Amino acid sequence: MYEGAVQDLIDELGRLPGVGPKSAQRIAFHLLQADPADVERLAHALTEVKLKVRFCEVCFNVAEADRCRVCLDPRRDLHAICVVEEPKDVVAIERTREFRGRYHVLGGAISPIDGIGPDDLRVRELLTRLGDGTVTEVIIATDPNLEGEATASYLSRMLRDFGLRVTRLASGLPVGGDLEYADEVTLGRAFEGRRLIDV
Amino acid sequence: MPLYRDEAIVLRTQKLGEADRIVTVLTRRLGKVRVVGKGVRRTKSRFGSRLEPGMHIDVQCYEGRSLDTVTQVETLDPWGDAIARDYPSWTAATAVLETCDRLTEEREPALQQYLLLAGAVRSLAGKEHDPNLVLDAYLLRALAVAGWAPSFHDCAKCGAPGPHRGFHVVAGGAVCPGCRPPGSAAPAPETLLLLAALLAGNWVVADDSDPRHRREGSGLTAAFLQWHLERGIRSLRMVER
Ligand SMILES: [Zn+2]
Ligand SMILES: [Zn+2]
Repeated sequence: MYEGAVQDLIDELGRLPGVGPKSAQRIAFHLLQADPADVERLAHALTEVKLKVRFCEVCFNVAEADRCRVCLDPRRDLHAICVVEEPKDVVAIERTREFRGRYHVLGGAISPIDGIGPDDLRVRELLTRLGDGTVTEVIIATDPNLEGEATASYLSRMLRDFGLRVTRLASGLPVGGDLEYADEVTLGRAFEGRRLIDV
Repeated sequence: MPLYRDEAIVLRTQKLGEADRIVTVLTRRLGKVRVVGKGVRRTKSRFGSRLEPGMHIDVQCYEGRSLDTVTQVETLDPWGDAIARDYPSWTAATAVLETCDRLTEEREPALQQYLLLAGAVRSLAGKEHDPNLVLDAYLLRALAVAGWAPSFHDCAKCGAPGPHRGFHVVAGGAVCPGCRPPGSAAPAPETLLLLAALLAGNWVVADDSDPRHRREGSGLTAAFLQWHLERGIRSLRMVER
């Protein structure tokens, strides 16, 4: 244990995802020795992100206004929605330049063991978006692991009565992995070869 | 032994660091172990798809100071894959896996629990029966193996031969008029027959049962489980009854 401020910093860093106690300590001492201007910039970036960035009111992607960059872009195709778990998946799919529609960010996957059910995700909001009949295709791009697959099963069942084309990214994506780690080529190919879900 | 190998079923996975996972598995011989799958969330991983909940695997690990690390894994049966494609089967399977995790201790051999688990997961993957029936059969039998066998026929307190109308979870199941504690329930006789069939593995009777009795039976089974396990089974709330 260290004194006051240093220990507080280590504790805060240790609460970040993927940062263990050892990494937290290493980062804390790195910051202690860093140029004050560098640390100031980091602190500023942290404050700014909480001040400026929120979630898009349409798709729940990160946004700097009421709506995100994708939803504000008039060239995007209004007939297709790609459903993803997290905002970082939007970034991964945008990199492929394969998809011209809009997104819907669920905020995770259904995970009963963690107490996360369909009501804890933005499923109702998705169904509301589909209500006016503009959207004709829903591409389910949840993570290629079993939680993502089960979430896709749930969604396709909910979408059954909407008369939509419901597709799932083609296999070829590494099963068990996180979507964000898929390279552009693999992910682009998975988009092209997306398969129709029988609903 | 720095290196070990066993047949196993994956109970749950948790993200660890950037691209690893902690994987809890129930092995056939060693009991429950928690192992690290290194880099399994990356796209190039050969292991990722095999270390997912419900997968039946042949796994080799080396013992570390705190956690063991997976060095090799082969799929024996891709049960998890089949289950994830059907939402009701998946929620039932998740409740099965969570219960098994709660009923077993790390590094304590639990062959009976292993065989029960394998039977339930295989059955869910093969869509052999209504997933909720498979779940309830598993829960009742897993509790019985853990030493908490409920009685659905003879009186749970004095052993008086049944059938009895009264039913009390804390007393252990069916209760005769003499032993019947206040606040006992009076489930339909068919419900008790169904539960007895599930506990005994009599699928002819179970498959033929009425949805009304299945629902009542699920309620009683959940109450039993709740009574014996301190904290409830989270996944059970997500099962559509
Ligand atoms: Zn948006
Ligand atoms: Zn009695």
